[in-house]
Amino acid sequence: MPRGTTRLPLIAGLAAVALGLAACGGGNIEQSGGSDTAAGGKDCGDLRIAVNPWTGYVSNAHVIGYVAKTKLGCNVTYPDVKEEVGWQGMASGSIDTIVENWGHADLTKKYITEQKTVQDAGLTGNQGIIGWYVPPWMAEKYPDITNWENLNKYADMFKTSESGGKGQLLDGDPSYVTNDEALVANLKLDYKVVTGGSEAALITSFRQAEKNKTPLLAYFYDPQWFFSEMKLVKVDLPKYTDGCDADAKKVACDYPPYALNKLIATKFAESGSPAVDLIKKFQWTNDDQNAVSEMIANQNMTPDDAAKKWVEANPDKVAAWLG
Amino acid sequence: MTTTLEPAPAPAPRATKEEQPHTVVMPSRHTGRKLLVVLVLWLVAWATLRGKQTLALANADTTGLHEWLNEVRDRVQLLGQDNWFFHGVLGSIASVLDSFVGFLQSHLSSVTPGAYLGWLGVLALAAWVTYTLAGLRSTLLVTAVLLFLGVAGLWTDGVDTLIITVVSVLICIVIGLPLGIAMSRSHRTSALMTPVLDVMQTMPSFAYLTPIALFFGIGPACAIVLTLIYALPPLVRITEHGLRSVAANTVEAGRSLGVTKGQLLRQVQLPMAKRTIVVGINQSTMAALSMATIAALVNGPGLGKPVVAALQSLNVGAASVAGLGIVLIAIMLDRTTTAASERSAPAGQRVTAVSSPGFFRGPTVVMEKLPRWATEEGGHGEPAKRLTPGGRRLVLGLLLVPALVAAYYSTLYLQLSQFPDVSAVPLLGELTSGPLSTHINDLTTAVVDALSGLTNGFKDLVTLGMLNPLQSVMSDLPWWVMALVLLAVAYLLGGWRPTVVTAVCEAVILGTGLWYDAMVTLTMTIVATLLVMLIAVVLGVAMGRGRRTDTVIRPFLDGFQTIPAFVYLVPALALFAATRFTAIMAAVAYAVPIATKLVADGVRGVSPTSVEAARSTGITRWQMISKVQLPMAREALVLATNQGLLYVLSMVVIGGMVGGGSLGYLIVQGFVQGQLFGKGLAAGIAITALGIMLDRIARYAAARYGR
Amino acid sequence: MTDLAVDRARTPQSEASSSALSVRGLWKVFGPNAEKLVGTPDLELSRQELQAKSGHVIGVRDVSFDVAPGEVFVVMGLSGSGKSTLVRLVTRLIEPTAGTVLLGGDDLTAMGEEQLREIRRRKVSMVFQHFGLLPHRKVIDNIAFGLEVRGEDKGPRRHRAQEMVDLVGLSGYEQNYPDQLSGGMQQRVGLARALAGDPAVLMFDEPFSALDPLIRRDMQKEVIRLHHEVGKTMVFITHDLDEALKLGDRILIMRDGAIVQVGAPDEIIGAPADEYVRDFTAEVPKSHVLTLKWVMREPGSADEGAGAPALPDTTVVREAARAVLAADGPVRVVDSSGTVVGVVDDEDILRVVVVEQHGDRPGSGAS
Repeated sequence: MPRGTTRLPLIAGLAAVALGLAACGGGNIEQSGGSDTAAGGKDCGDLRIAVNPWTGYVSNAHVIGYVAKTKLGCNVTYPDVKEEVGWQGMASGSIDTIVENWGHADLTKKYITEQKTVQDAGLTGNQGIIGWYVPPWMAEKYPDITNWENLNKYADMFKTSESGGKGQLLDGDPSYVTNDEALVANLKLDYKVVTGGSEAALITSFRQAEKNKTPLLAYFYDPQWFFSEMKLVKVDLPKYTDGCDADAKKVACDYPPYALNKLIATKFAESGSPAVDLIKKFQWTNDDQNAVSEMIANQNMTPDDAAKKWVEANPDKVAAWLG
Repeated sequence: MTTTLEPAPAPAPRATKEEQPHTVVMPSRHTGRKLLVVLVLWLVAWATLRGKQTLALANADTTGLHEWLNEVRDRVQLLGQDNWFFHGVLGSIASVLDSFVGFLQSHLSSVTPGAYLGWLGVLALAAWVTYTLAGLRSTLLVTAVLLFLGVAGLWTDGVDTLIITVVSVLICIVIGLPLGIAMSRSHRTSALMTPVLDVMQTMPSFAYLTPIALFFGIGPACAIVLTLIYALPPLVRITEHGLRSVAANTVEAGRSLGVTKGQLLRQVQLPMAKRTIVVGINQSTMAALSMATIAALVNGPGLGKPVVAALQSLNVGAASVAGLGIVLIAIMLDRTTTAASERSAPAGQRVTAVSSPGFFRGPTVVMEKLPRWATEEGGHGEPAKRLTPGGRRLVLGLLLVPALVAAYYSTLYLQLSQFPDVSAVPLLGELTSGPLSTHINDLTTAVVDALSGLTNGFKDLVTLGMLNPLQSVMSDLPWWVMALVLLAVAYLLGGWRPTVVTAVCEAVILGTGLWYDAMVTLTMTIVATLLVMLIAVVLGVAMGRGRRTDTVIRPFLDGFQTIPAFVYLVPALALFAATRFTAIMAAVAYAVPIATKLVADGVRGVSPTSVEAARSTGITRWQMISKVQLPMAREALVLATNQGLLYVLSMVVIGGMVGGGSLGYLIVQGFVQGQLFGKGLAAGIAITALGIMLDRIARYAAARYGR
Repeated sequence: MTDLAVDRARTPQSEASSSALSVRGLWKVFGPNAEKLVGTPDLELSRQELQAKSGHVIGVRDVSFDVAPGEVFVVMGLSGSGKSTLVRLVTRLIEPTAGTVLLGGDDLTAMGEEQLREIRRRKVSMVFQHFGLLPHRKVIDNIAFGLEVRGEDKGPRRHRAQEMVDLVGLSGYEQNYPDQLSGGMQQRVGLARALAGDPAVLMFDEPFSALDPLIRRDMQKEVIRLHHEVGKTMVFITHDLDEALKLGDRILIMRDGAIVQVGAPDEIIGAPADEYVRDFTAEVPKSHVLTLKWVMREPGSADEGAGAPALPDTTVVREAARAVLAADGPVRVVDSSGTVVGVVDDEDILRVVVVEQHGDRPGSGAS
């Protein structure tokens, strides 16, 4: 979070001095990053939105944060944490909310069902789609590649120094458990799963592949800001049906669509903060999120600036969350 | 990785030259032949038993141990909520640390005009303190670095990084100094602590990040604890080394006068080891800074945050600017502390180059003084015209006045409190993070475009020609064959002691259930180390022979050593794609500086008499290098290899993020996915075992062949 | 030289009780189970054999000697002979494996840590080959260091240190740091530090071997001078025979950790205990060391040499030469009681002197 780069206009800042002094009483650690407590609205207090390390998430967090700050007068902070640490934080009281959650059945069981320290705060409206993708140029040149049954035909093309004579399926943002090894085996594909290791690895690979027109087949997911930059094309695996992924070893079907949701710490939910309502009502589309993410990732805007721009362009959607 | 592990053969306590039993077993002349036999047997076994009993474990599979580790974590996590220790003690420590850092942040880094110090006040006071302790030159450096942070828009994060680093290092000193002293006085304590320090230093922090975050909460306290774990060992080891290597005859003279142990420590050993201990503190500082990015993953304040954020959007430029901030802070701290310690030494007692090769030859090898060009001038600056103590006090007193005035005004005016935005100012505006990162991005793109064809060819060459065959031979065969090969190599190179260590480490790796992955990681480590040494010898010889070459190359080495790897991951990916080779290159980039510096120091350390004598025989330049300088710098070469190896190993996790797979990826995965925590921790343990095994083999082999 | 000759005439008392230092059956064996080896036949093996057999190394083998109060006792041997170990065993800087050390009647080997420290602070001090100075302290503070550690107040200890500075001729250098001084001057600091505590016994461990020859000679004179001024008992380790002969009232020669011979300088030269000592002493200018006792012969008749004044048998050959050569015939030699013990003539003297001038090798010459 480049909060150091966010700067208040000087005049506004000067005005905030007096307010800040009055509001903070001098003893508070006030974060920079423009968290001036705007006057008006209900007493919101602190709002700590966990920020997980992917840009789509940052978009959710800062749009919610921006609205909470400007419309509700909350003092918003964005602790940077990985997902599981964020759950822990909600349980221990150092974090109030997670605003984009991808499944996590084990954590859900532990914190929501058993400990009851975390609550579900509804869907974000985003559909999480996981699958295998190829860069646009390939879909254009080899239109039938988007059907998994043709993958073996093209296997040779995907050979790399890593794939040991087979086609390469580039895998692996470490955040997700994939079924790809099982899928390759069960669909009898002549491919080898190669571990990319990070989102940066996947995106860079797609960029290079599109630019140099080199073949690439890789695991990816939507919503992701990268889709605003490049329309990756999904390869259709055998259709997902309920329970077809019950046995991880025998999976031979596509990934289920994830309905992404929000989480809220029980303590915070019971605090009566107006931000609780905002978080529960927050909903938008994949395109909305990708638009904000793209501004952050490709236009070099700070998350707050991007959020501001989107909020100002979409007053009706914002109004619905506050209503 | 900063320091290597522990001296190999413990010398007999306090032996004069006459009483030391000379029982050095000289290496057998047939070692080469025996190694060849091992190699042949190995290849035969590989050819016949290929693919059997490799103990490969699928990515999502776990073993009983992994599940058990998960359970332990869950149980401890439950305890964490009300247990007297986890909640009470650790929780209190965490809140004390948090509020202390919060206090410092509010006074130094945050921008709250009207209440606390603003940037000008911080700058003025920092400059005054630096001037008092370290002199004018350091003051200019500190001022320049702080101003850059401000101009680039990194003021808050930069000062936060300083706060975390300084607080961590202070705690390191409070804990590490007594520990080092205890270890220097008792061989038993030393033997007991050494493996603990080994683990602290080689276990990748990713593997234990989650539990630490659980106990200390996310934020400053957690960041400090993580930093402590990594930064403490160098200080402890170097303190122990410094105290132990106080000249035996001085210690003896002290004893002959009937000093008590306390007197010996306070009046003889500590003063004489002071220089070394300062080096230890410097090493701790550098290690602390290298944790800045990791700490950002648990909401640790500082420059790691913009680095991590920029990586998410693959913004190389923005990451570089923040990374540059870290590099500059490293140089600033290193140089200032060095200059300060030189100054406090009595006249006629100054030692200049801290990174003198002699130091590295000690048994506990010290990583490396950071930038030579940043430290060397430390002692030279002051000519004879020194002020009298009274005059000095007067000058300092007079200078304090404007500093305090600046501090006072910085609390009143916003522009003195919050660093002004200079992006509109010509020239200066180019240094703000926006334009700067755009330039860097453009440059990176140009370089990547120009080179990617070439680099991919090189990648394929190394992968197909070296990496794949080696990996097949090492991992694609029954585990026990490879285990025996490693034991045989350890025995032939180092004797029975490293063989025992190797056996134990192998058992540990087997126990983690990740033998196959460990062997893949081992392969990459070996290939990377070979590449590192290839580059290090070429660069190091050039630097060792030419002062000017040294001056040109060294800043780049220093930069690469301190800049967070996250910064150059994306260009590396663009150049080499997500492959094991990229992982190797990331490790090479990190390990080349230390190895090169050690080789350069070694070459430079060859006695001028020998060089002169050789020249008088009329040898060519090439003969000079190959027959005189490199052989005589053999000790430095061995040391460079050992350090290179450990540095490479410390990048395994980063490698896992760019296609390295194996243990590194498992650790990253374990960090992110709760149900794979146990497996990640097990991978961390396996890496530690690999590290200790390789270190011990290299160390004992060096003890045999290095002289 | 004549002064020393007088000192030398003093017979050392051999009873342990009246000795300044008495060493009995001292052993040092290095190795893992050294204690268990004492008293076993293994210790009869040679150094090499023992090392091959058990990995133990004998540093010092069954050494006993006495040093009289005020005596300068020199321990001499080549490097590896165990002499430096021996001197450290005496003050237990290295723990002996077996044996006893009595210092002024106190058994050092039986002492606890505390008592031993007290002994080191007050009774015995040491000068080292490599000085062992503290680089971070000024000269004056280095000299006062021993006084400081035994808890003396700053005033008196500065005063005493200043006295020592003057005594060893370092006036004007008090405020310097050791590394600003030459090697010889540094060793003067070491000497002053050792003297500052006013110990009964001074130990020197090859104090001048690191110095160049001219300085070394100066320092040797300095030691002789100091010995006269302060009259301390001194144990002096050296590998330099000249130095040993010049300084020692008695000399102990060591080899492979064991005593080869103990005696006054003329005894060592005149009656070497074995080939080793003979080789060792071959190049010594014998006329400077040997006394008439060693060159005289039985009087041929009762009145032989009666014509010339008699010379004491402790006269060094070189000094007797002129008188003997000037005399017409043989000269009588008398012992301390005046009894005639032998006679010498020109030939006896020339045999010693000429051999030297021809630089003949050992074995072919006199005695």
